[in-house]
Amino acid sequence: MHNFDFVKPSSIADAVKALSKEGAQALSGGQTLTPTMKQRLAAPTVLVSLTGIDEMKGVCLGEDGLSIGAATPHAVVAKEAAKHYPALAMLAGGIGDPAVRNRGTIGGSLANNDPAACYPAGVLGSGATVVTNRRKIAADDYFQGMFTTALEEGEIITGVTFPIPEKAAYVKFNQPASRFALTAVFVAKFKDGVRVAVTGASNDGVFRWSEAEKALSGHFAASAVEGLSVSSDGMIGDLHGTPAYRANLVKVLTKRAVAAAQ
Amino acid sequence: MTKVTMTVNGKTVSGEVEGRTLLSSFLREGLGLTGTHVGCDTSQCGACVVHLDGKAVKSCTMFAADAAGASVKTIEGMNNPDGSLSVVQQAFQDHHGLQCGFCTPGMVMSSAALLAENPKPTEAEIRHYLEGNICRCTGYHNIVKAVLAASGQDAAAMAAE
Amino acid sequence: MPKDTGIGASSKRREDVRFLSGRGNYTDDLAMHGQTYAVFVRSNVAHGRIKSIDTSAASKMPGVLAIFTGEDFKDVGGNPAGWLINSRDGTPMREPKRPVLAHGKVRHVGDAYAAVVAETYNQAKDAAQQLADDSEIEELPAIVDMRKAVADPSNRVHDEIPDNLCFDWGWIEDNRAAVDAAFKSAPHITTLELVNNRLVPNAMEPRSSIGEYFPGTGDYKLTTTSQNPHLTRLLVSAFVLGIPENKLTVVAPDVGGGFGSKIYHYGEEALVLAASRKLGRPVRWTAERTESFLTDAHGRDHVTKIEMASTKDGEILAIRTETLANVGAYLSNFSTATPTFLHGTLMAGPYKVPHVYVNVKTVFTNTAPVDAYRGAGRPEATFSIERIVDKMCRELGLDPFEVRRKNLIQPDQFPYTTPVGLVYDTGNYQATLDKLIELADVAGFEGRAAASKAKGKLRGMGLSTWIEACGIAPSNLVGVLGSRVGLYDAATVRVNATGNISVMTGAHSHGQGHETVFAQIVAEKLGIAESSVEIVHGDTSKIPFGMGSYGSRSLAVCGAAMTKAVDKIIAKGKKIAAHMLEASENDIVFADGKFSVAGTDKAKSFGEIAFSAYVPHNYPLETLEPGLEETAFYDPANFTYPAGAYLCEVEVDPETGKVDIASFTCADDFGHVMNPMIVEGQVHGGVGQGIGQALLENTAYDENGQLLTASYMDYAMPRADDVPFYTVDHSCVTPCTHNPLGVKGCGEAGAIGSPPAVVNAVIDALHRGGHTHVKHIDMPVSPSRVWQAING
Repeated sequence: MHNFDFVKPSSIADAVKALSKEGAQALSGGQTLTPTMKQRLAAPTVLVSLTGIDEMKGVCLGEDGLSIGAATPHAVVAKEAAKHYPALAMLAGGIGDPAVRNRGTIGGSLANNDPAACYPAGVLGSGATVVTNRRKIAADDYFQGMFTTALEEGEIITGVTFPIPEKAAYVKFNQPASRFALTAVFVAKFKDGVRVAVTGASNDGVFRWSEAEKALSGHFAASAVEGLSVSSDGMIGDLHGTPAYRANLVKVLTKRAVAAAQ
Repeated sequence: MTKVTMTVNGKTVSGEVEGRTLLSSFLREGLGLTGTHVGCDTSQCGACVVHLDGKAVKSCTMFAADAAGASVKTIEGMNNPDGSLSVVQQAFQDHHGLQCGFCTPGMVMSSAALLAENPKPTEAEIRHYLEGNICRCTGYHNIVKAVLAASGQDAAAMAAE
Repeated sequence: MPKDTGIGASSKRREDVRFLSGRGNYTDDLAMHGQTYAVFVRSNVAHGRIKSIDTSAASKMPGVLAIFTGEDFKDVGGNPAGWLINSRDGTPMREPKRPVLAHGKVRHVGDAYAAVVAETYNQAKDAAQQLADDSEIEELPAIVDMRKAVADPSNRVHDEIPDNLCFDWGWIEDNRAAVDAAFKSAPHITTLELVNNRLVPNAMEPRSSIGEYFPGTGDYKLTTTSQNPHLTRLLVSAFVLGIPENKLTVVAPDVGGGFGSKIYHYGEEALVLAASRKLGRPVRWTAERTESFLTDAHGRDHVTKIEMASTKDGEILAIRTETLANVGAYLSNFSTATPTFLHGTLMAGPYKVPHVYVNVKTVFTNTAPVDAYRGAGRPEATFSIERIVDKMCRELGLDPFEVRRKNLIQPDQFPYTTPVGLVYDTGNYQATLDKLIELADVAGFEGRAAASKAKGKLRGMGLSTWIEACGIAPSNLVGVLGSRVGLYDAATVRVNATGNISVMTGAHSHGQGHETVFAQIVAEKLGIAESSVEIVHGDTSKIPFGMGSYGSRSLAVCGAAMTKAVDKIIAKGKKIAAHMLEASENDIVFADGKFSVAGTDKAKSFGEIAFSAYVPHNYPLETLEPGLEETAFYDPANFTYPAGAYLCEVEVDPETGKVDIASFTCADDFGHVMNPMIVEGQVHGGVGQGIGQALLENTAYDENGQLLTASYMDYAMPRADDVPFYTVDHSCVTPCTHNPLGVKGCGEAGAIGSPPAVVNAVIDALHRGGHTHVKHIDMPVSPSRVWQAING
C-alpha cells in the first residue's frame, strides 16, 4: 500500500483537527479500510486512528436509550448490550469473526455503509440516532445508498443512540465466502409500530420494508408477512444469489426474525 | 519512519516503522517472529492471529503504530516457561489438529482466546468461534477435537474416529 | 491392543512441536543477507497484445535494482508439459511455449509480463505499479467459455493453434464400436450433463521462492514452495534456464500445503534465479493471496456428457462420455495427464462394466492454467459415474445400495482387468459397503428424516462407492502413455556410527507427517526406537533423486524404496555380523534389533554392527566394505487401488436452499495402515475439500475473463462451521499385492469419494420433499442454486 503518516489522537477535538489536513482519512477498527488500502483502492496521506479516544468508547444505558461510542468494538457491544438490547448484541456478535469483532467498530461500519454490513440494519431497524462531532442524524436520514451516508467532509461519528424496542431480532443469511450478509433482516417492535430493515439485498444499500412494517404493526406475527410479495427490482444479483433469490430471502428472513423476536 | 514501542511476549521491544507497516510485518520482519503467518490480504484466513492486550486480533489488518504501548502475544510466546507445549498446543499435537502447520499459529491463538472467554465450549461454539481461521488440511475435525480436549472435555466421546 | 510404536501405531507427529511453537521454516520465514524483493507486473486483461512497456520511469524509482520483461527471456526455454498425449487421429498434442514472462501476448488475467526487483518490497510494489501504468496492452476478445472456444475458434488463445484444442483424445478408441453397439441394444439409457467445477487449491501458505546465486562457485540455490524439488530442478535445468543440474540446489523447506498446486514449476521460480544471477544478491518473492488465486494452477473444470446403458434392473452394460476439459492459457506440467490417464482410465469405477469409451477434448482458454488438484482426474471420473448411477436408480425406481452391490466387482474376480486399461490388483468393495451401511446407521435413516421434517427441513442420503488408481506410478506404464518423466522414488538409509539413522527420501512432506511415519517404519524394521530415526527431505543436495509427493504416492512408492533400502542395510549388517561373530553369513538372523548366529546365543546388537561399520578394524576389505549406508530406487509394478464407500446425510432448508451436512461416513480400504491417526486426518481433510467442492467453492470468470472469485471475499472456503465431525473407518483391509508394505495410499481418497455423495444426498432430499422435477444441480450446490432448482 502507499505510505502515509499515522496519527492517533486521544480526543475528538484533536481527531477533527487532524482530519482537516489534505488527504487525511479516519481509521477506526480498520477491518475494511486496511484491506482496501492493501489493494491500493484507498490511499490516504494521513491516517487518523480513532481507537485511542476514550470518549468514543463504551456502552451506556440512558434516558434516550442505549448509547454506544463509535469506537466501541463489536465484541464489546455483543457483551455489554446483551442485557439491554439482546437483538443488537446478537447482531454485533455475528459480524465477521471473533478477531474482526475485537477490532471492528460500530462507527467504522456505519461510516463505510457497506450494502452487506450488519450494523446499518440494526441502526435503521431501531430508528437509532447517529451522533457526530457536529450534529445528530436520524437513521432514516443517515443512509443514502451503497457506501453513501449523510456524513460531510471532516465529520466523524462519535456515537449512536438506540431506542430500545419491546421486541426485536436480527436474522442473517451469510454470504458463504465473506460471511457478510447475503441478506439479513432486523425487525424491531416498538409501542408505536414495527420497523423492518433489510441489508445485503438492495443495490441501494440498507432499506426499510414498509409493507411488512405496516402489516406487522397491525399484527406482529410471521403470518402477517405471508401474503406480501417482495419485488426483485433493484435487488443485488451476483455469484451468490440472483435478485429473485434475495427477494425471497427478504421475506423468509423477516418471518424468521418476527418469530425469533424477544 | 517513527519509533514504536510495545510489549511482545513479555519483553519490551522497539522498532522503526512506516505508517503503513502492518503489525504482522513488524513481528515477522522487524522482530524475526515468523511464527505469525500471513495467508491472505482480506482479513479472513486468520493465520496471523495474535493476542493484543489479551484479545485475538488479525495482525495483518492492523498497523504496527496502532499497537504502540500494547501488549502483544504471538505463537512464540505460547509455550510453557520450560519450553514444553502449553495445554492448547499439546492438545493439538495429541489429537492431530494440524497437518502442514501453516494455519496452526493462528488456530492456536484463536483457540486459546476462546478458552479464555469460554472455558468449556460446546462443539458448535468452537466451530463458530473458529470461523475466522481457515485450514485447508484437516477438515477441522481434529482441530475441534483438540479444543474440546484442551478444555478438559472428553473429545473422544464427542467425536467419532 | 493398539500398538504404541512402530508400524500401525498412532505415533504423535514429531514435526508438530516446531509448528505449534512458531518455529517452522517456511520459505517466506527465511531471511537472507542482502536480500532483494521481486514484484510481478500482471495482466489485468484476459487476452491482450503487449504493444509497449516503458521502463524508463519505473527504473528510476527509489530502490529499484532491475526490471525484467518477456524480452529478457525470449531466448531461453519454456516450461514444458510433462505428458505427451496424442489425439484420436494419432497427431500429437499442441504445445504452445510457456515463457518465464509473457512475450508478445498476455493470455490470462494475472499472466506476468514484467517483474521489478528492488531493495524493499514496497519499493518494488510502487515501481511495479508505475510499470503497469506505463505499459500499453491492446485488449483482445477473451476466450473464456470452453464450448464457445470449440464452437467458434475464430478467436484463438494461441495464434498457431487453429481450433483452441490441445488434443482430442479417445480412450480406448478400439472400444468405441462395441460401446456404441451396446448402447443400440440397451434396454435403458440414462443421460446426464454435468459440470465439474473449477477449484482453486488454496494451500494456506502462498507460493514463495527465493533465488540465490553464489558468484564464487557459480552455484545457484532455489528455496521454494514445492512438493517435488527434484522435478523443479530438472525443469529449470533441462528446459527453462539451462543451469546445469549439478550447479543448482532446490530446497523445499517446510511447505504449507500443496494439494497439487505446488507440484509444478512456475515462472516466478525461474525469474528469482535469473535475477539473483544478475544482481549477485538473493531475490525473494511471495504471492499475495490474490496472486495465488490468479496464478496457482487451478483444478477440475470439466464439462461432461455421460451416458449409461443398463438393463431395467440396473445392471450396467456400457458407459460413454464426452468431456471438455479446460487447460487454461498454457499447459502446466501435468495438465495433459490429468483429464486423460488420471480420468479416462477410471471411468469403469469399481464396477463390472463390459464396455467403456471416453472422449476428452482439452481446450485452451484465457484463464489460469488448470492442472492436478487433490484427486486429479479421479474425482471427475467418480463424480460422473456416481451421479449417473444414482440417476439411473431414480429413473428405474431401484435401490441405490442394491444396484451398486449388484455391479461391484466381486472379491474373487481380482486381479480384474477393466475395459479402460487398468488391472485392479485386489479389493473387497462389498466389505466397505457393508461396513458403511453399519457405521452410517442406514437402517435408522427414516427416523432421522422424520425428525428433520418436524423442523421444516428435508433430509436426504447420498451414497458413493469409489475407486482410484494412485501410488503414481509405474514408469513403464506411464512411459507408454506419454509421460516424459519416470515416476519411481528413492530413499537413502544412512546408519550413523553411533547407531542412529538418517533417512533421506525423495518424497516431500507438506502436511502428511512423513517425518513421523517414515521413522515408524524404519524403526520397526530395524528394531530400534523411533526417536533414533531422522527423516530428511526436500533438499536436492541431500536427498536422492526422487519424484516428490502427490498422487497418494509417498508410502506406496517412496515408502517401498525406503523399505528396500532398509533390507539392504540388514543384508549388509549380516555380512558385518558374520565377520564379527566368525560365522557364515547364511547363518546370521536379524530379529528384534539383533544380529545373531542361528541356534546359538552369539549375537551383536544393531548399534555394535553400526559402530563396527565405521571403525572397521580388521575388516576383510576385499569382501566387506566399511560403512553402513544404502540407497534404493523403487518403481512400482502397478498403480495401487484404494477404494471405499461414502455416505452423506444432508438437511436442506427448502425456504432458503441452504444445505447442511448432517453426517458424513467413510468406509475405506487403504491396505495396511502405518499410522491410523494420520490416515484418518488425511481422510478428514480430503472429505472437507470434497464438501467444499460440492457445496461452496466456485471459481467464476466473467465473459471478459476477469476472475470474479479472486479472494476469500468471494471464493467460499470451507470453515469449521460448514462441516460436521466425520466418521471414518479403515478396518477393511486388502493389502496391495505388489509393494512391500501392502499400502495403497490415502491422501486423495476423501476428495475423490465425497462430492457425489453430497450431491446425491441433496437430490435425494429434494425428491423426498416432493421436488421430483430436480434431476441434477451443478456444484457448488449453493443455497441459491438449490432454491432455484426447487422453484425452477
